[in-house]
Amino acid sequence: MIAVNRRKFLGAGAGGMGLLGLAGAMPAWARGADILAGNARKGLDELSGPNIDLTVARSAFATGNRRGGAIAVNGTIPGPLLRLQEGTTVRLNVHNQLEEDTSIHWHGLLVPFQLDGVPGVSFPGVKPGETFTAEFPVRQSGTYWWHSHSGLQEQAGHYGAIVVDPAGPDPVQADREYIVVLSEFSAMSPHTIFDKLKKGEGYFNYNQNTWTDDYPLSGEDRRMWAKMRMMPTDILDVSSAAYTYLLNGHGPLDNLEYLFRPGERVRLRFINAGAMTFFNIRIPGLPMTIVQADGQNVEPVEVDEFQIGVAETYDVVVTPGAQQAYTLVAESMDRSGMGIATLASAPGARAAIPPLRDPPLLTMADMGMSGMDHGSSGDAGMSGMDHGSGGDMAGMDHGSSGQSEMAGMAGMSGMQMRDTSLLPSDVKVGPGLDMVSMNPVDRMGDPGIGLADVPHRTLDYRKLRALTPHREGRTPSRRMEIHLTGNMERYMWSFDGKKFSAVSDEPIRFAYNERVRVKLVNDTMMAHPIHLHGHFFELVNGAPADRQPLKHTVILQPGGSAQFDLTADEPGDWAFHCHLLYHMHAGMFQIVTVANPDGSEA
Amino acid sequence: MKIRIASLLASVAAGSVLASPAAAQHARHSPAEPQQSAEAQADAKTKCEQEADRHRAMGHPVADGACEPAAQSEAAMDHSEMDHMAMDHGSMPQGKPAEGGMDQSQMNHGEMGQAEAASSSMDHGQMDHSQMNHGRTPSQDMQGMDHSAMQMGSDADIPLLPPPPEAGSGPARAAVAIWGEEAMNEARRELVRETDGGMRFWFQGDRLEYRAREGKEGYLWDIQGYYGGDIDKFWFKSEGEGSFGEPIEDAEVQALWSRAIAPFFDFQAGVRQDLTGPERTHAVIGIQGIAPYQFEVDVAAFVSNKGDVTARFEGELDQRITQRLILQPRAEIALSAQDIPELGIGAGLDRIEAGLRLRYEFAREFAPYVGVSQEWRIGQSADFARAAGEDPSVTNYVVGLRFWF
Repeated sequence: MIAVNRRKFLGAGAGGMGLLGLAGAMPAWARGADILAGNARKGLDELSGPNIDLTVARSAFATGNRRGGAIAVNGTIPGPLLRLQEGTTVRLNVHNQLEEDTSIHWHGLLVPFQLDGVPGVSFPGVKPGETFTAEFPVRQSGTYWWHSHSGLQEQAGHYGAIVVDPAGPDPVQADREYIVVLSEFSAMSPHTIFDKLKKGEGYFNYNQNTWTDDYPLSGEDRRMWAKMRMMPTDILDVSSAAYTYLLNGHGPLDNLEYLFRPGERVRLRFINAGAMTFFNIRIPGLPMTIVQADGQNVEPVEVDEFQIGVAETYDVVVTPGAQQAYTLVAESMDRSGMGIATLASAPGARAAIPPLRDPPLLTMADMGMSGMDHGSSGDAGMSGMDHGSGGDMAGMDHGSSGQSEMAGMAGMSGMQMRDTSLLPSDVKVGPGLDMVSMNPVDRMGDPGIGLADVPHRTLDYRKLRALTPHREGRTPSRRMEIHLTGNMERYMWSFDGKKFSAVSDEPIRFAYNERVRVKLVNDTMMAHPIHLHGHFFELVNGAPADRQPLKHTVILQPGGSAQFDLTADEPGDWAFHCHLLYHMHAGMFQIVTVANPDGSEA
Repeated sequence: MKIRIASLLASVAAGSVLASPAAAQHARHSPAEPQQSAEAQADAKTKCEQEADRHRAMGHPVADGACEPAAQSEAAMDHSEMDHMAMDHGSMPQGKPAEGGMDQSQMNHGEMGQAEAASSSMDHGQMDHSQMNHGRTPSQDMQGMDHSAMQMGSDADIPLLPPPPEAGSGPARAAVAIWGEEAMNEARRELVRETDGGMRFWFQGDRLEYRAREGKEGYLWDIQGYYGGDIDKFWFKSEGEGSFGEPIEDAEVQALWSRAIAPFFDFQAGVRQDLTGPERTHAVIGIQGIAPYQFEVDVAAFVSNKGDVTARFEGELDQRITQRLILQPRAEIALSAQDIPELGIGAGLDRIEAGLRLRYEFAREFAPYVGVSQEWRIGQSADFARAAGEDPSVTNYVVGLRFWF
């Protein structure tokens, strides 16, 4: 392995930015006048050292034919990359130049709770004109990110990458490394987007089933969906109708380039900083080896495509060389658009850009009826059963739903989409709950919506194994269950049928160092990336207990379930929420309280 | 197939034993304490019996006494020889030996006819499911199988419990000690307000149209809107029509309290004021929402200040021809409990209106349309119409605009 100082490549990593010659020419504050006069720059500067200043300010942004208001940190979108060193102490100063409160959450970093940056949970927020300083020891290494936790600011550009270099040798050796921050830009204000979501069902979806579509749906399928008052094409709430998909702030037309020399091992640190978009990542012609998930090293897994949920990070290593150039494709999960960059062996080298693939459809499994989908919905049929991906048939527990459903499948006549008797008593049944998963199987083995039937290797959670055994081996002392609930039509989202406003005085409580197995059940037809602040939890994915992968965010597939083991060893109050920004904004938010080691309440 | 499964079983068994750290797999089988306590055994037995009952309920043969603690030598267990290796060992290394005292080999999983039982725990990625014919054989065995219990068997060892007392109680207030009560309370209130879905104003011109019929040209409006949050809203509606050059024929406004009572339905109650004809004010109760098959429905009953009881049913259905071209059949039925001669309404079925509108959504919020609307007065109402020199059956050709903001 050629030892190369990885840092020197990062500037080039921002692609065209290096060519602009602006990077680092002036400190960020000195460019203030430019920021106010024009657009935020695309791409990211790198900041490191013990004292880092971040200035949040109103800005504007343009890419392709879209232009609109934005929030930029230090004048760029994304904001600067924070390059930290494990074992050091860092002092981060957040200057608020907005006319409203702001905040920064250090997503994935283990920090004292009062520095976690969630207004109303960990601190009061940063008032206009004020500076908030977070000083903490850096206890870990890996790829993370930061973003605003105030209102809808994150959508407007208030996010950036964090890379923490390990104190010891990095088990991942690479000749170059690049950051890939995935996000969206909309000319529409985030509040307008939320308003449209609230008022118009399917407002942004222009891939709906129609009389003239060519979806593999039978008339019977279509009637069944209509009967349920739901759409098989409801994959993402916001599509390319509002979004231009960005890689390091670069739209598809902005020619983002990652340079390489043939044969080099290139490490790509993917961060999904999008507000609402799951991305399918592939580099046609180039296999990717996953080496890290959510900042934690994993046993290498080679794939050709993987889905990254909102707020997740994946590090991959690629060895380009056979071709002059490769196209890095970040296709939105609903396949309404894509973000594009090029891995190029020489500036300007380009590879073909693959066309958008046909949009996927939800399956029986996505309705919470795993195992009942025996080919009734075209190509999606078997994929819903999830056998091919190492999934188990576990959870084919028809006992609870009677067997008439199975028998009545032909006409779906016996189908019960909202059998509230299946819910635990602490789930509130009301207008905010439009569906109950009849058979919420563990869908850890699912590669994500639309990837079950692609003709190449994909990633799923069952393929993740912690690279090194972790210390925790205790059997959880208790289980708990949390239901993800919602109403797509009213655009209400919640945990256990209760919006945060209904439970703001009833946090989810853990004793200090308590080990709990948490089961999340998705009683909706959307995939939700669920994020717990301040901790890593271990996915219960079939790996040995000490190799269960550590994550800060887990995707709950529609109508399915997932379990994680949590050791609650970070005292304080922490946010726990769906990381789809508008779902959180609609109520899918809770506080997790971990008691102090001395037994006192946090 | 059988041979293949058997060899897979063997490899899974061997693999899982070799791969799992012994310490983890035997977390409860402490080497210093090779014998399980009686209590643990009793506990395990109970669980086993529950499990066995479940299997019996599914029609699986489970021998009576299958849950009796086996000989101590079995409790110590030679895993490599155990039949239940067919179960999901992915979960076993997590230190939750589901096997304690249970002899699952007696549960006869192997005899379940289709061998799917055994395969459930295995890596399906390696299996050829096409041979399993799920499409055609939803056999009793398949249906009844509770695979989840097998895979998650270990979960049964972890009790579903509320937090222990050490977890504390009451609101989350850790940050108060650091940032002060006042600042945190304010921030918390703001967070609650912000994540509550918010209050919003919606205004829809559902039908704003020009109507051409034999000999006359007219107009119609049908608007509605609300202000409110997710559950409670102030809802208003107004409808009216007339012919150009004449006084307005019919016009009314409604002011309603609207409350979400079900995922797809709101209950509405309030008042309706008629703006034309004889002075009339009505009390209104109704239901508005989306019925199965995506019908938008609005049903309301009215009691006027003269004591007259009437009712209306409206239904619309959006049929997408393309992403922007939408065909909307619409029907409205008016009923009356009594004759109301001064309004030209007869008891029973009063009026039926059926329409078909084709709109193009330049934006979701802005959609011009063309269409046709047919109205029939029925029974006594028709007689009233004829008496007034009107045709009880009228066809309107319409051009209009649907918009909302």
